[in-house]
Amino acid sequence: MASPEDLSGQSAPLYEARKGVYPKAVNGPFRRFKWAIMAVTLAIYYGTPWIRWDRGPYAPDQAVLVDLANRRFYMFQIEIWPHEFYYVAGLLIMAGIGLFLVTSAVGRAWCGYACPQTVWTDLFQHVDRLVDGDRNAQVRLANGPWTAEKLTKRAVKYSIYLTIAFWTGGAWIMYFADAPTLTADFWTGQAALVAYGTVAVMTATTFILGGFMREQVCVYMCPWPRIQTAMMDEKSLLVTYKDWRGEPRGSVKKAQAHPGGFGDCIDCNQCVAVCPTGIDIREGPQIGCITCALCIDACDGAMAQVGRPRGLIDYCTLDDAATEKAGGTGQPIRKTLLRPRTLIYFGVWTAIGAAMLFSLGQRTRLDLAVQHERSPLFVQLSDGHIRNNYTLKLRNMETRPRRVAVSVSGLPGAVLWTDAGSREKAGQRIELALPADSVTSVKLFVAAPAIGPARQDFTIGTRGLDGDPRGDSDIIQFDRPEAGQ
Amino acid sequence: MADLKQRIDEATGTSTVGHEWDGIEELDTPMPRWWLWTFYATIVWGLAYVVLYPAWPMVDSATKGVLGWSSRGDLAKEMAADAKRRAPTVNAIAATAITDLPAKPELMQAAVQGGGAAFRVHCVQCHGAGGAGVKNLYPSLTDDDWLWGGDLATIEYTVTHGIRNPDHKATRTSLMPAFGRDGILDAAQIGDVVSFVRTISRQEKVSASSSRGATLFADNCAVCHGAGGEGGRQVGAPKLTDAIWLYGGDRDSLTATITQPRNGVMPRWGGRLDPVTIKMLSAYVYALGGGEKGLAPVAEGAGADGQP
Repeated sequence: MASPEDLSGQSAPLYEARKGVYPKAVNGPFRRFKWAIMAVTLAIYYGTPWIRWDRGPYAPDQAVLVDLANRRFYMFQIEIWPHEFYYVAGLLIMAGIGLFLVTSAVGRAWCGYACPQTVWTDLFQHVDRLVDGDRNAQVRLANGPWTAEKLTKRAVKYSIYLTIAFWTGGAWIMYFADAPTLTADFWTGQAALVAYGTVAVMTATTFILGGFMREQVCVYMCPWPRIQTAMMDEKSLLVTYKDWRGEPRGSVKKAQAHPGGFGDCIDCNQCVAVCPTGIDIREGPQIGCITCALCIDACDGAMAQVGRPRGLIDYCTLDDAATEKAGGTGQPIRKTLLRPRTLIYFGVWTAIGAAMLFSLGQRTRLDLAVQHERSPLFVQLSDGHIRNNYTLKLRNMETRPRRVAVSVSGLPGAVLWTDAGSREKAGQRIELALPADSVTSVKLFVAAPAIGPARQDFTIGTRGLDGDPRGDSDIIQFDRPEAGQ
Repeated sequence: MADLKQRIDEATGTSTVGHEWDGIEELDTPMPRWWLWTFYATIVWGLAYVVLYPAWPMVDSATKGVLGWSSRGDLAKEMAADAKRRAPTVNAIAATAITDLPAKPELMQAAVQGGGAAFRVHCVQCHGAGGAGVKNLYPSLTDDDWLWGGDLATIEYTVTHGIRNPDHKATRTSLMPAFGRDGILDAAQIGDVVSFVRTISRQEKVSASSSRGATLFADNCAVCHGAGGEGGRQVGAPKLTDAIWLYGGDRDSLTATITQPRNGVMPRWGGRLDPVTIKMLSAYVYALGGGEKGLAPVAEGAGADGQP
């Protein structure tokens, strides 16, 4: 046994350079599925801002738009105002529970197929293969001297990286302003500084994270694999090397020489060669595995070539692994996916979604928020009446100007007026004109007889006077001096 | 450190950190190289920051930094920029007569907001954060009763010249005689006047005492407060028939007031605040309770010009 001094002197360095990963091209059902997901996610990402959606003259006609300047979020027919941010919170909760659901059912499927880091890394690895050739050519080129050819290929490759990265950053800003206008402004130098800054940052991060850091992001920087290990259980589907079937491994030749002495694994290393994070799945479950299942495709291909059954590396739960090891057969996939845990997640996920849809269908686009002025709580008027002051925030969330009536109920003898008129014009009800798509702040005076409880709840309500009569109401307190005060 | 059992892990070829927790050992896996360079970069960043910006605390101040940056400097710049931004609005308010403000809603709104800021600095000490005043001490500015008038021009005059400033000729002055202290009325007579005042404000029924008080009132009080106690704004005499009392409307308070009036004072803001601020302040006070006569104030009497 070596002493600590020896170890500190001669052991591995404290810091380690990245070992290059040069994944080999592979074909198979999972690879095709990955292609499909990549095509769909990239199409959504680059294409969405260009979808138009007519909302009338008072609102932008971009289908999905995060309008930070005007504090609106548009998503097709749905328009979210800042005070309705709980819809966004609901979406985030759904996304979270969706991840629980997917992770408990099929492990790190998010990591393997849909995570942006995976999608862009995959894209950049295709660029590598396009420019440098497949795995072997890439390794040769990486280890070879800096010849003119290598310089040219690197220049071409990095240019393509940069183009993709720039396109990625460019697409990002389109979500925050009218896409065609912003594109024109961007190229004529008219766009806001923050637009150029965002594109620069997004280009740089895509270029660095997708082009160079790749699997290191997953292994060292991302918290998600750590969380996922806690969310998976022995019934989650993982990419598993079935060592009970494959070991001891040996080449076809060796196996022919010693019939019965070797397992199915022919030690061809194809599973390692195709892995985008450069791991060896035969070492068991590990944090570097993003369950993209390309090793399954590679292994199935190799097994087909040597005439052995597929599935030496396959999606398999820990429970099934134990069963199969003991000689039994695993559960059918339907039972693995539909079990209490996944069904509960799905139920919760669906319930939140349904509740949000219901509330979206029910919400009025005429919203009222009342604030009671507290300094002073009440004012004694010269005729003995008591006046309370309120600030009304009336949100007309429709894209047309509206006329609304404001009235009170539950406060006998009350009259109301606003700071736009005097008490002579006070009445049981006032009418207000609200501009389209706007928040109007109104100071409301409410006067009531002094006789009554010191604290009395009453209702201030609004009602549409044009077309849609639906409005909103708020229960608020009316204060009077205590008896004897 | 002799108990550390560092060794090379066979499976990975990496040394362990030497601790063992219930049979679990941790590999001393090297950090990636990019991490090391990021670490160096943060050190360089930190050193550059120390050189460029205030950093090391010394005895009475911190090191200055070669850029000469300070948060106070930032504040001064922001304030200057903000003053520049507000200049057009402030100039427009300055150029508009206060009685014309309500006709320009945006300007009026800006004035009310600017006045609110000034109010919170200069006026809340007496009149309270919401202008509700202090009971029996400082008048409420939120109700519909005005001692000197509640239209914009009158409020502006009051704010500019103050109330009972001994060193200022244009100040608003009213002086209620100390009927009790100076022996103008005796205690019984004061009691009768109190009864009368409480009948005209509908707090008491007519009685013998109030009938005697009516005569006394006509002789001593009507000259300022009006024959029916309706008040006199030219001299700031409060209306006595309504529900609002500056110093209380019960018998004890009224007796105290007639015996020895309090004659509250307000500083004149004319010399202390610039005219635009006073204009905005007046607009704010006007807006607190809705002012008087709605949006088109009618100057009460001669208003600002008629005051001594």
